[in-house]
Amino acid sequence: MDIFETIVAKAAGISSTSPLASVLTGRGDIMELTERSHEASLRPKQPGGLTHFERAGLACRVAKLNGDAGLTRHYESMFQEGSQAIADTGFDGGGDARLKAIIRHTDLVATDPKEAAASDISALRSAGLDDADIVRLSQLIAFVSYQIRVVAGLRLMAEVG
Amino acid sequence: MTEPIKDLTAMIPFWQPRVTPLELEQATDEQMEAMKVTVSNTDIGAYTLVLALDPETLKERTPLFNGIMYSRGGLSRSETEMGAVAASVVNRCIYCAAVHANRFNQLTKDETVMERVFASGEDADIDPRQKALMNLATKLSKCPSEATKADIELLVENGLGMDEVLDLILSASLFGWANRLMHVLGDPIPQD
Repeated sequence: MDIFETIVAKAAGISSTSPLASVLTGRGDIMELTERSHEASLRPKQPGGLTHFERAGLACRVAKLNGDAGLTRHYESMFQEGSQAIADTGFDGGGDARLKAIIRHTDLVATDPKEAAASDISALRSAGLDDADIVRLSQLIAFVSYQIRVVAGLRLMAEVG
Repeated sequence: MTEPIKDLTAMIPFWQPRVTPLELEQATDEQMEAMKVTVSNTDIGAYTLVLALDPETLKERTPLFNGIMYSRGGLSRSETEMGAVAASVVNRCIYCAAVHANRFNQLTKDETVMERVFASGEDADIDPRQKALMNLATKLSKCPSEATKADIELLVENGLGMDEVLDLILSASLFGWANRLMHVLGDPIPQD
């Protein structure tokens, strides 16, 4: 894997000729595992009850909530039919109780995880998610939250030079 | 039910899942591989058994976690733990904060730093390099991130190389991930 072709390196604007290239190469294993985690979170072979189009929409939503234009565009590039509406931060799921619960949980855990309580897990169950889907959703929100911060940090490092 | 712990502590709690963990006897080959265990190993924590409900992400996450927290070179082990603690304080993940404050204390043989961080957060009276580490990791953990170029410059002024700065960013970011699992999927309960 070329680490300069990974989503993180590209979103942070770091190429093989950048001053930070050698620093990033020093943690090339982490960059590769980050890319593999992206695939596992966004395009798993066994998506369970959380489809690929929903995952792309939710990841894009988390990128927007973090104000990250670069990763927002990346996730938009993965959209399939149905993703767009989910990524709209003004949309709360409408009349679809399952989607509404998923969106509510995503917004809460992405922006203010300290407020997540046992009742929030019960709410997902009541909306029809099984425990495996609750873990899948949690991993998706958590991975994107990690990826966004790695990119944000690398961009600041590049500014310092 | 025992009440969850609400206050920051360096005493490691018990983690009580809010979802039902995988039963080891029912694990698929893929789940077993993701947990990197043999059938004879009965000492698998509830957290791993919960994450094994989604083996595809667990399989990648475990080496990533170990690579960031325990690899050689770059930022020292204890300073890497500071990044984890800073994120866990922002996200109020009592369990992660306790585990990593405890590791920091073991590595440095000094409990006063974490006592001060838990009591005063960003205003804690700790040495300038530690303060610069906590500052960047804390701001990066907000949503959206509040970290700026000046926060990186402060780290460089305090002697960090760019490889060390990257390791701190990775550690704080990793706990943006870990806290959103640990704090969301379970409760910290006092150990017996």
